[in-house]
Amino acid sequence: MKKIKILFKLLIIFLFLQNYSLAENSQEVDKISKNLRCLICQGQSVYDSQSDFALSMKILIQNKIDEGKNDEQIYEYLKAKYGEWIVYDPEINKNTILLWVLPLILFVFGSILIFRKVSIK
Amino acid sequence: MSKNIKLISIVLFTLFSFFVLLKGLDKSNIYSPKIKESNIDFNFKAKYLFSEEEVFLNELLNNEGMSLINIWASWCLPCRNEHAYLLNLKSLNKLSIIGINYKDDEKNAKQFLIELGNPYTNIITDPRGINSIELGAFGVPETYLVDNKSKSIIQKFIGPLDDEAFAKLTKIIQ
Repeated sequence: MKKIKILFKLLIIFLFLQNYSLAENSQEVDKISKNLRCLICQGQSVYDSQSDFALSMKILIQNKIDEGKNDEQIYEYLKAKYGEWIVYDPEINKNTILLWVLPLILFVFGSILIFRKVSIK
Repeated sequence: MSKNIKLISIVLFTLFSFFVLLKGLDKSNIYSPKIKESNIDFNFKAKYLFSEEEVFLNELLNNEGMSLINIWASWCLPCRNEHAYLLNLKSLNKLSIIGINYKDDEKNAKQFLIELGNPYTNIITDPRGINSIELGAFGVPETYLVDNKSKSIIQKFIGPLDDEAFAKLTKIIQ
Protein backbone atom coordinates (compact mmCIF):
# COMPACT_ATOMS: atom_id res chain seq x y z
CA MET A 1 0.00 0.00 0.00
CA LYS A 2 2.79 2.39 0.90
CA LYS A 3 4.62 1.58 -2.25
CA ILE A 4 1.57 2.33 -4.30
CA LYS A 5 1.20 5.66 -2.53
CA ILE A 6 4.77 6.58 -3.27
CA LEU A 7 4.40 5.51 -6.84
CA PHE A 8 1.26 7.57 -7.12
CA LYS A 9 3.01 10.63 -5.72
CA LEU A 10 5.89 10.14 -8.08
CA LEU A 11 3.47 9.90 -10.95
CA ILE A 12 1.81 13.15 -9.98
CA ILE A 13 5.15 14.89 -9.63
CA PHE A 14 6.16 13.56 -13.01
CA LEU A 15 2.97 14.81 -14.60
CA PHE A 16 3.45 18.23 -13.03
CA LEU A 17 7.00 18.45 -14.29
CA GLN A 18 5.84 17.72 -17.80
CA ASN A 19 3.05 20.24 -17.63
CA TYR A 20 5.37 22.79 -16.26
CA SER A 21 7.80 22.47 -19.12
CA LEU A 22 4.98 22.63 -21.64
CA ALA A 23 3.63 25.78 -20.07
CA GLU A 24 7.07 27.33 -20.20
CA ASN A 25 7.31 26.80 -23.92
CA SER A 26 3.86 27.92 -24.81
CA GLN A 27 4.30 31.11 -22.82
CA GLU A 28 6.93 32.15 -25.29
CA VAL A 29 4.63 31.18 -28.16
CA ASP A 30 1.81 33.17 -26.55
CA LYS A 31 3.99 36.20 -26.24
CA ILE A 32 4.98 36.14 -29.89
CA SER A 33 1.59 35.18 -31.25
CA LYS A 34 -0.05 38.06 -29.40
CA ASN A 35 2.01 40.41 -31.53
CA LEU A 36 1.00 38.76 -34.78
CA ARG A 37 -2.08 39.61 -36.76
CA CYS A 38 -4.16 36.63 -37.86
CA LEU A 39 -4.29 37.52 -41.53
CA ILE A 40 -7.46 35.67 -42.41
CA CYS A 41 -9.50 36.69 -39.39
CA GLN A 42 -9.75 40.44 -39.19
CA GLY A 43 -9.34 42.01 -35.82
CA GLN A 44 -7.83 39.01 -34.09
CA SER A 45 -4.31 38.14 -33.18
CA VAL A 46 -2.84 34.75 -33.95
CA TYR A 47 -2.99 34.12 -30.21
CA ASP A 48 -6.75 34.71 -30.08
CA SER A 49 -7.67 32.81 -33.19
CA GLN A 50 -8.50 29.16 -33.57
CA SER A 51 -8.42 29.22 -37.36
CA ASP A 52 -6.30 26.70 -39.24
CA PHE A 53 -3.91 29.42 -40.20
CA ALA A 54 -3.39 30.55 -36.61
CA LEU A 55 -3.01 27.01 -35.28
CA SER A 56 -0.33 26.24 -37.84
CA MET A 57 1.34 29.52 -37.08
CA LYS A 58 1.59 28.61 -33.40
CA ILE A 59 3.17 25.26 -34.26
CA LEU A 60 5.60 27.03 -36.55
CA ILE A 61 6.53 29.55 -33.86
CA GLN A 62 7.14 26.69 -31.43
CA ASN A 63 9.37 24.99 -34.00
CA LYS A 64 11.34 28.16 -34.57
CA ILE A 65 11.82 28.58 -30.83
CA ASP A 66 13.01 25.00 -30.62
CA GLU A 67 15.47 25.77 -33.39
CA GLY A 68 16.85 28.49 -31.15
CA LYS A 69 15.51 31.51 -32.97
CA ASN A 70 14.73 34.58 -30.86
CA ASP A 71 11.62 36.79 -31.08
CA GLU A 72 13.17 39.28 -33.45
CA GLN A 73 14.28 36.59 -35.87
CA ILE A 74 10.83 35.03 -35.91
CA TYR A 75 9.16 38.37 -36.61
CA GLU A 76 11.63 39.05 -39.41
CA TYR A 77 11.05 35.60 -40.86
CA LEU A 78 7.27 36.10 -40.93
CA LYS A 79 7.54 39.64 -42.24
CA ALA A 80 9.55 38.33 -45.17
CA LYS A 81 6.76 35.93 -46.00
CA TYR A 82 3.62 37.90 -45.24
CA GLY A 83 4.79 41.47 -45.25
CA GLU A 84 4.77 44.21 -42.68
CA TRP A 85 1.06 43.73 -42.06
CA ILE A 86 1.48 40.59 -39.99
CA VAL A 87 3.06 42.34 -37.00
CA TYR A 88 1.16 44.72 -34.76
CA ASP A 89 3.99 47.18 -34.92
CA PRO A 90 3.93 49.40 -37.98
CA GLU A 91 7.33 50.67 -39.06
CA ILE A 92 7.75 54.37 -39.68
CA ASN A 93 7.69 54.85 -43.43
CA LYS A 94 5.96 56.89 -46.09
CA ASN A 95 2.65 55.11 -45.63
CA THR A 96 2.55 55.15 -41.86
CA ILE A 97 4.06 58.54 -41.09
CA LEU A 98 0.61 60.07 -40.57
CA LEU A 99 -0.26 57.30 -38.15
CA TRP A 100 2.76 58.08 -36.03
CA VAL A 101 2.70 61.85 -36.30
CA LEU A 102 -1.03 62.53 -35.98
CA PRO A 103 -1.28 61.80 -32.23
CA LEU A 104 1.66 64.11 -31.68
CA ILE A 105 0.04 66.87 -33.70
CA LEU A 106 -3.24 66.42 -31.85
CA PHE A 107 -1.41 66.53 -28.55
CA VAL A 108 0.34 69.76 -29.42
CA PHE A 109 -2.86 71.24 -30.82
CA GLY A 110 -4.77 70.24 -27.70
CA SER A 111 -2.22 71.72 -25.35
CA ILE A 112 -2.25 74.97 -27.30
CA LEU A 113 -6.02 75.08 -26.89
CA ILE A 114 -5.77 74.47 -23.15
CA PHE A 115 -3.06 77.08 -22.69
CA ARG A 116 -5.09 79.66 -24.54
CA LYS A 117 -8.18 78.93 -22.46
CA VAL A 118 -6.21 79.14 -19.25
CA SER A 119 -4.41 82.35 -20.17
CA ILE A 120 -7.69 84.03 -21.22
CA LYS A 121 -9.07 83.40 -17.76
CA MET B 1 -24.38 82.61 -41.34
CA SER B 2 -21.88 80.81 -39.14
CA LYS B 3 -24.63 78.36 -38.23
CA ASN B 4 -25.01 77.55 -41.91
CA ILE B 5 -21.31 76.94 -42.31
CA LYS B 6 -21.35 74.64 -39.33
CA LEU B 7 -24.27 72.69 -40.75
CA ILE B 8 -22.73 72.43 -44.20
CA SER B 9 -19.39 71.29 -42.83
CA ILE B 10 -21.07 68.66 -40.68
CA VAL B 11 -23.05 67.37 -43.65
CA LEU B 12 -19.94 67.35 -45.83
CA PHE B 13 -17.95 65.53 -43.19
CA THR B 14 -20.69 62.92 -42.78
CA LEU B 15 -20.88 62.39 -46.52
CA PHE B 16 -17.11 62.15 -46.75
CA SER B 17 -16.96 59.54 -43.98
CA PHE B 18 -19.80 57.65 -45.58
CA PHE B 19 -18.02 57.36 -48.90
CA VAL B 20 -14.71 56.46 -47.33
CA LEU B 21 -16.38 53.62 -45.45
CA LEU B 22 -18.40 52.59 -48.51
CA LYS B 23 -15.23 52.34 -50.52
CA GLY B 24 -13.63 50.33 -47.75
CA LEU B 25 -16.36 47.72 -48.12
CA ASP B 26 -15.22 46.86 -51.62
CA LYS B 27 -11.66 46.36 -50.57
CA SER B 28 -10.52 42.78 -50.18
CA ASN B 29 -9.81 41.78 -46.62
CA ILE B 30 -6.74 39.80 -47.53
CA TYR B 31 -3.52 41.70 -47.30
CA SER B 32 -0.80 40.08 -49.27
CA PRO B 33 2.67 41.52 -49.73
CA LYS B 34 3.79 42.40 -53.22
CA ILE B 35 5.39 39.40 -54.81
CA LYS B 36 8.69 41.17 -55.33
CA GLU B 37 8.91 42.00 -51.65
CA SER B 38 8.06 38.56 -50.42
CA ASN B 39 10.94 36.28 -49.92
CA ILE B 40 9.87 32.71 -50.47
CA ASP B 41 12.10 29.80 -49.79
CA PHE B 42 11.12 26.57 -51.50
CA ASN B 43 13.81 24.73 -49.69
CA PHE B 44 11.80 22.70 -47.25
CA LYS B 45 11.26 19.02 -46.85
CA ALA B 46 7.89 17.34 -47.12
CA LYS B 47 6.54 13.85 -47.37
CA TYR B 48 4.97 12.58 -50.56
CA LEU B 49 1.31 11.71 -50.40
CA PHE B 50 0.73 7.93 -50.62
CA SER B 51 4.39 7.19 -49.89
CA GLU B 52 6.76 7.47 -46.98
CA GLU B 53 9.48 9.15 -49.00
CA GLU B 54 10.44 12.72 -48.35
CA VAL B 55 11.52 15.33 -50.83
CA PHE B 56 12.62 18.96 -50.91
CA LEU B 57 10.16 21.12 -52.80
CA ASN B 58 13.17 22.65 -54.55
CA GLU B 59 13.92 19.34 -56.21
CA LEU B 60 10.46 19.22 -57.73
CA LEU B 61 11.04 22.59 -59.38
CA ASN B 62 14.05 21.41 -61.34
CA ASN B 63 13.01 21.30 -64.98
CA GLU B 64 12.90 24.24 -67.36
CA GLY B 65 9.83 26.40 -67.54
CA MET B 66 7.22 26.95 -64.92
CA SER B 67 5.41 24.99 -62.25
CA LEU B 68 2.09 25.46 -60.62
CA ILE B 69 1.90 24.87 -56.89
CA ASN B 70 -1.61 24.24 -55.67
CA ILE B 71 -2.55 23.93 -52.01
CA TRP B 72 -5.64 21.77 -51.58
CA ALA B 73 -7.51 19.48 -49.23
CA SER B 74 -10.30 16.99 -49.67
CA TRP B 75 -12.35 18.74 -46.99
CA CYS B 76 -12.16 22.09 -48.70
CA LEU B 77 -15.23 22.83 -50.76
CA PRO B 78 -13.80 25.57 -52.99
CA CYS B 79 -11.04 23.11 -53.93
CA ARG B 80 -13.67 20.92 -55.49
CA ASN B 81 -14.85 23.81 -57.65
CA GLU B 82 -11.40 24.77 -58.83
CA HIS B 83 -10.40 21.20 -59.64
CA ALA B 84 -11.74 21.35 -63.18
CA TYR B 85 -9.43 24.27 -63.90
CA LEU B 86 -6.45 22.27 -62.71
CA LEU B 87 -7.39 19.33 -64.92
CA ASN B 88 -7.72 21.75 -67.79
CA LEU B 89 -4.31 23.21 -67.11
CA LYS B 90 -2.84 19.74 -66.97
CA SER B 91 -4.28 18.89 -70.38
CA LEU B 92 -2.42 21.88 -71.83
CA ASN B 93 0.77 20.02 -70.97
CA LYS B 94 2.75 23.19 -70.44
CA LEU B 95 3.69 22.91 -66.81
CA SER B 96 3.97 20.48 -63.97
CA ILE B 97 1.41 20.87 -61.25
CA ILE B 98 2.59 20.23 -57.73
CA GLY B 99 -0.10 19.63 -55.14
CA ILE B 100 0.31 20.38 -51.48
CA ASN B 101 -2.20 18.36 -49.52
CA TYR B 102 -3.10 20.61 -46.60
CA LYS B 103 -4.08 19.11 -43.22
CA ASP B 104 -5.78 16.20 -44.82
CA ASP B 105 -6.46 12.54 -44.29
CA GLU B 106 -4.68 10.29 -46.77
CA LYS B 107 -7.74 8.16 -47.37
CA ASN B 108 -9.99 11.12 -48.06
CA ALA B 109 -7.39 12.67 -50.31
CA LYS B 110 -7.23 9.47 -52.34
CA GLN B 111 -11.00 9.35 -52.59
CA PHE B 112 -11.06 12.97 -53.72
CA LEU B 113 -8.58 12.29 -56.52
CA ILE B 114 -10.36 9.13 -57.65
CA GLU B 115 -13.63 11.00 -57.78
CA LEU B 116 -12.46 14.16 -59.53
CA GLY B 117 -9.29 13.10 -61.31
CA ASN B 118 -5.66 13.78 -60.54
CA PRO B 119 -4.12 16.82 -62.20
CA TYR B 120 -0.95 16.70 -60.11
CA THR B 121 2.48 15.63 -61.26
CA ASN B 122 3.60 15.32 -57.66
CA ILE B 123 1.76 15.67 -54.41
CA ILE B 124 3.44 16.45 -51.14
CA THR B 125 1.73 16.64 -47.77
CA ASP B 126 1.41 19.36 -45.23
CA PRO B 127 -0.21 17.66 -42.24
CA ARG B 128 0.31 20.56 -39.86
CA GLY B 129 0.05 23.51 -42.21
CA ILE B 130 3.63 24.56 -41.64
CA ASN B 131 4.89 24.05 -45.17
CA SER B 132 2.18 26.33 -46.49
CA ILE B 133 3.38 29.04 -44.17
CA GLU B 134 6.85 28.63 -45.63
CA LEU B 135 5.25 29.60 -48.92
CA GLY B 136 3.46 32.53 -47.35
CA ALA B 137 0.04 30.95 -47.79
CA PHE B 138 -3.11 31.84 -45.88
CA GLY B 139 -4.95 28.56 -46.26
CA VAL B 140 -6.70 26.47 -48.87
CA PRO B 141 -7.07 26.74 -51.76
CA GLU B 142 -4.15 28.76 -52.95
CA THR B 143 -2.21 28.56 -56.18
CA TYR B 144 1.23 29.82 -57.18
CA LEU B 145 2.75 30.03 -60.60
CA VAL B 146 6.47 29.57 -60.12
CA ASP B 147 9.38 30.12 -62.42
CA ASN B 148 11.55 27.03 -61.97
CA LYS B 149 14.83 28.60 -62.92
CA SER B 150 14.78 31.69 -60.75
CA LYS B 151 12.65 29.97 -58.08
CA SER B 152 10.38 32.96 -57.89
CA ILE B 153 6.65 33.36 -57.79
CA ILE B 154 5.26 34.87 -60.97
CA GLN B 155 1.64 34.96 -59.94
CA LYS B 156 -0.26 34.19 -56.79
CA PHE B 157 -3.93 33.26 -56.58
CA ILE B 158 -5.48 33.39 -53.14
CA GLY B 159 -8.71 31.42 -53.04
CA PRO B 160 -10.10 29.12 -55.71
CA LEU B 161 -9.17 29.51 -59.35
CA ASP B 162 -11.91 31.02 -61.48
CA ASP B 163 -12.41 31.95 -65.12
CA GLU B 164 -10.45 35.12 -64.70
CA ALA B 165 -7.53 33.41 -63.00
CA PHE B 166 -7.56 30.62 -65.56
CA ALA B 167 -7.45 33.10 -68.45
CA LYS B 168 -4.56 34.90 -66.79
CA LEU B 169 -2.68 31.65 -66.23
CA THR B 170 -3.09 30.37 -69.76
CA LYS B 171 -2.00 33.72 -71.10
CA ILE B 172 1.20 33.66 -69.07
CA ILE B 173 2.17 30.08 -69.84
CA GLN B 174 1.55 30.32 -73.56
